Amino acid sequence: MKVTSQLPSREVREKRRRIRSLKDNTSRFGITAAGYGVVFSLALIFVYLFYEVLPILKGAEITPVAQYDMALVTQEEPSAQVLIERYQELGVNFTQQGGIRFFHLDSGEERLHTQVSLAQADTVSSFAAAESLGGLVAYGSASGKVQLLRPDYQLSFPNDQRQITPGIVYPYGEQPIQLDPQGAAIQHLSVQESTRGRPAVFVAGYTEDQRWLLAKVSTRENLFTGRATQQIERSELPHFAVEPRFIRVDKAFRNLYVAEGSRLHYFDISQLRAPKLIQTVDVGEEITALEFLVGSVSLVVGTETGGLSQWFPVRDEQNAYQLEHIRSFKQHPGAITTIRPEYTRKGFLAGDSAGYVGVHYATSSRTLLLKQMAEQPIEKLAVSPVNKAVLTFSGEQVQYASLWNQHPQLSFKALWNRVWYEGRSDPEYIWQSSSGNDEFESKFSLIPLSVGTLKAAFFAMLFAMPLGIMAALYTAYFMTPKLRGVVKPTIEVIEALPTVILGFLAGLWLAPFMEHNLPAVFALLIGLPLLMVLMSFLWSCLPRSLKRLVPAGWEAVLLVPALVLFGWAAVASSPWVETWLFDGSMRQWLTNQGITYDQRNALVVGLAMGFAVIPTIYSIAEDAIFNVPKHLTQGSLALGATPWQTMVGVVLPTASPGIFSGIMIGFGRAVGETMIVLMATGNSPIVNFNIFEGMRTLSANIAVELPETAVGSSHFRILFLAALVLFAFTFVLNTIAEVVRQRLRKRYSSL
Amino acid sequence: MKHWFKSGSPWIWLTAGAVSLSVIMIVGLLGLIAVRGFSHFWPAPVAQIAIHDPRNQVEETLLGEIARSETVTATLAREAGHVVPENLSVVTRYLIKQGNREQVSSDFVWRFDLGMAPFTYPKGVYAIERRTWGDFYGFPVALQLEQQHWQATDADFAKALNDLLEQSHQRHQAITRIERQDIGKINSQMNALRLQQRQLELDGVKGRALLEAKQGIAQQEQALQAEYAELRTQLDQLYSEQEKAQLRMRMMNGKEVAIALADIVAITMPNDMTLGQKWAEYFKQVGGFLSKEPREANTEGGIFPAIFGTITMVFIMSIMVTPFGVLAAIYLREYAKQGVVTRLVRISVYNLAGVPSIVYGVFGLGFFIYFLGGNIDRIFYEAALPSPTFGTPGLFWASLTLALLTLPVVIVSTEEGLARIPSTIRQGSLALGATKSETLWRVVVPLATPGMMTGLILAIARAAGEVAPLMLVGVVKLAPTLPVDGEFPFVHLERKIMHLGFHIFDVGFQSPNVEAARPLVYATALTLVTLIVVLNITAISIRNRLREKYRNDSD
Repeated sequence: MKVTSQLPSREVREKRRRIRSLKDNTSRFGITAAGYGVVFSLALIFVYLFYEVLPILKGAEITPVAQYDMALVTQEEPSAQVLIERYQELGVNFTQQGGIRFFHLDSGEERLHTQVSLAQADTVSSFAAAESLGGLVAYGSASGKVQLLRPDYQLSFPNDQRQITPGIVYPYGEQPIQLDPQGAAIQHLSVQESTRGRPAVFVAGYTEDQRWLLAKVSTRENLFTGRATQQIERSELPHFAVEPRFIRVDKAFRNLYVAEGSRLHYFDISQLRAPKLIQTVDVGEEITALEFLVGSVSLVVGTETGGLSQWFPVRDEQNAYQLEHIRSFKQHPGAITTIRPEYTRKGFLAGDSAGYVGVHYATSSRTLLLKQMAEQPIEKLAVSPVNKAVLTFSGEQVQYASLWNQHPQLSFKALWNRVWYEGRSDPEYIWQSSSGNDEFESKFSLIPLSVGTLKAAFFAMLFAMPLGIMAALYTAYFMTPKLRGVVKPTIEVIEALPTVILGFLAGLWLAPFMEHNLPAVFALLIGLPLLMVLMSFLWSCLPRSLKRLVPAGWEAVLLVPALVLFGWAAVASSPWVETWLFDGSMRQWLTNQGITYDQRNALVVGLAMGFAVIPTIYSIAEDAIFNVPKHLTQGSLALGATPWQTMVGVVLPTASPGIFSGIMIGFGRAVGETMIVLMATGNSPIVNFNIFEGMRTLSANIAVELPETAVGSSHFRILFLAALVLFAFTFVLNTIAEVVRQRLRKRYSSL
Repeated sequence: MKHWFKSGSPWIWLTAGAVSLSVIMIVGLLGLIAVRGFSHFWPAPVAQIAIHDPRNQVEETLLGEIARSETVTATLAREAGHVVPENLSVVTRYLIKQGNREQVSSDFVWRFDLGMAPFTYPKGVYAIERRTWGDFYGFPVALQLEQQHWQATDADFAKALNDLLEQSHQRHQAITRIERQDIGKINSQMNALRLQQRQLELDGVKGRALLEAKQGIAQQEQALQAEYAELRTQLDQLYSEQEKAQLRMRMMNGKEVAIALADIVAITMPNDMTLGQKWAEYFKQVGGFLSKEPREANTEGGIFPAIFGTITMVFIMSIMVTPFGVLAAIYLREYAKQGVVTRLVRISVYNLAGVPSIVYGVFGLGFFIYFLGGNIDRIFYEAALPSPTFGTPGLFWASLTLALLTLPVVIVSTEEGLARIPSTIRQGSLALGATKSETLWRVVVPLATPGMMTGLILAIARAAGEVAPLMLVGVVKLAPTLPVDGEFPFVHLERKIMHLGFHIFDVGFQSPNVEAARPLVYATALTLVTLIVVLNITAISIRNRLREKYRNDSD
């Protein structure tokens, strides 16, 4: 009988083999792709965070767009001020003769040409501009009058195309204001407009007959008729015989600065009727340019050798203001000819006689760019209100260029060093990222946040480390296996407890509880360890027959009722202790000792976050101790060492890398924890290690501020930087821990 | 003594103390949450508190629940401006929930026990849960429905009140249904029409086609408007019906207040309840808490949307994280060449589990939402711009971020499962001629399933409790709609969701009335803790069983 093969035919077999091999390859390919995908996506986190942070490091860039000769910029009619309108379509040139010319930025083509309206026989004698954001400018005349005006742009959208129609408005009336009742020509002029409260303008002028005039013009609108009435308050400086080069008055109407030669005179004019000279400082070199930064608090002084420095009045101990030199910027190669502040930030551009344009920023003391734009001196500069374009006048040459200057506020120095902020008496570390108005100086010091992070982690570790490690020692080495089987999972489950719950309990229950029972808290912190030792002593004194009832390894159970009882007693006696020792309120007592006490403080965070970290440390340390090879400990015991000696002499040295790695991972967790610190502290960014005050950590700061910040702004990127710092820090910590742990595993296996 | 010290026994006891302390704290914490959480639902008796304290010129009678009491030093009380007798060094004070928020200055008040008479619990007190202004405590006076009157003393008062309340509830449900579902549907259809029109403009449809399409849209719009008007009249009628019935209540100070029945959620008489009734009420409250929506800026009502949002998010996350995590683990363990690079990758992946969760949130916000979401909007939802569809925090991005966050957990757990399978099993399969993929999918993976399950459960537990990243990528304090409903496409990945953990943060720390919200926060915390502890215990027991199983197999 012929045995037929049960196998399928050769072709079928081959086909099946092909299919199987195809499946095998598909599976290999799919799995490999998924593996790479996961590795890639995890790497992406790091790369992306880095990519978002990178622009911080970039300086500024100027890219020329257009260059043209403009017939209207001539020797006969030099420019007094150039401005760019916010859509960067038009520019306006105020000439020193009173001509106002609007032109297209990219071609120089004239759009509108008008003249300031003055009385017929009157001529322009001086010019002044208030802060750029308001756009107010003033012309002084030969007859002692001042005309206030503002460029005005009407937007319309015919055929869905934006069209800008330029014009001039006279917000304080078309009738010029008589600054000098005696009618002398005004040679120098300064003007500022108030942005708070009722519209008001401050004008300071210097006349050809050497008088110093001050005037405050305020308008009041009648509620019913809508008619505006004007009020002018005039005053004159006491005799002051200098020939000024610049006069600058600030928008709070408090300070007046006069530059002459190399000297800067500082007047207090807050009492308009009694202005007084406070101080004269010598800059050391001839002052060639003087301008306020936005907010008109800081002055930037440019000198003939190209020096640039920032000054502002600082309040001293006697509550008196003194003009102080704050910082200097990178020197220009030529004498500074013009300074233009940015509209909404504390930055400025400066032009010099060698044709260089510099982009500087005050707070971060950064010079972002110093670039030669022309062969001839830069006479006038303009920067767009959104910091995206620059216009330079040099001779008859006009250059229009686009500007990239996104993150000038950030520098290593601004982030990590003390910075002298406007209005502060000393350089300080401050985190204050945003405020309501445009004049606000952002304060981006990462020191308060880093200190807060370390402070929270430090107190948490102070609490968690002893408890976690000691509990691990006992569980792994002394505890009976039966009890260990219950205790270990109990503590480990807590690792998964949502931290929002711990945070909420810390903030809403623990913080008020501690505030009311402060003596109890300290009694517990000090008394509990003593109680444990005392219990040990009492136990050793007990007769042997009683001791035999509870074998070794059950001490922890014996201690539970004692600890609970002590805790209850401490809390119950707390009000009496408070009355007896601290005059009824320990909190008040602390305050009297000069210690600030916040309800949500570092002690609360330390306890709550320590509680969250204990299981992490415990779990890893316990594993390390438990896995110490048994023959080592048995050998030690056999040689006559006590269990504790074995523990200290044999187990601990062997397992110490594991314990170390547990501490590292626990520390990493404490550093990055968000919800507990968010809920259990006041989140105030302060720099100290007082246990009774709160803090603000990097992570909580991200959670609070990131949802509110503008995408792509410096603030946004700095929060990404904070995330990157956290990421890198914990990653390094964990890597160290993991490497240590792997080494340990290898060592155990070789023992 | 010296011997005692040398034996090391104090140190051993000290370490033992550390264990006891840790366990006491854990039990205490869970106990605190459990006690506070569970007791929230118990119908507390309403106490009548008479205070006669001539020193402080306090002469009043309050009606309310005793929220809690505490002992403070007399000094503190004196500093707060109270006159406390010289011989007392501590005094007790009670926090009384007197409700009636619109009638009195504050619904929670502290009162010292100076001159306080023992509490009495008068019968016949009504505790009324209202839709606005919180609870009301008082005595019933009369019920009024247009011309009909019932005095509280009437025999059929209770029945009439019950019936009217029942009717009012039905009308309330009808109103909610119309407002939420019917009008909601019309709104979303109108919105769709608007988008359609915008899309036409974007597509550059011109001339006759545009005109026709626009006409079609206008017609549909009109139909919807008509539908809406009809619903509106229905609603108006229901609302006017709702206003008719009123319950007159007398407060403790004798003032009478009229409460519209429409405003009443439930009336209980806690002082008249038997123990059985109290338990019935208790479970009713628990059920309501888990199944109802929040009211009054989340400080009252239930937490159903938060539970639902959490579950939906975790579910979508699981769908994303499981395949990737498992495949990555298989790759690392079975396919990758076990060299330095693989070791580095493995350590890095493990370490990512320890990276602060807020970092993932930052990444999710920047990369997923602003970058990916922004681009998706630009390509697929151009018509809806500038209002973002996916370029804003939402369910999908929250799930994706958490998937990334829990990826290491799943990988670690699966790898552990794979590592525990004895290599003899693999070799056996390969020796029988199976290909690598056959060995993998038919032998190794089924055996490693419990490991994967453990990983997944741990991932779910972690995701359910995580709050910090979610605050950035898609969780809000109050979501108007659930992420899953009857409207196409049923699961709305772009919607914002509510979340249990965030609910705790929000209600506990950002609500206007912390005292009223406090019990609710405890109850929510209890729900979350229960969920997470159960999940974790399941994972641990699966893991232990798995270990036992392979210990036997490999022997």
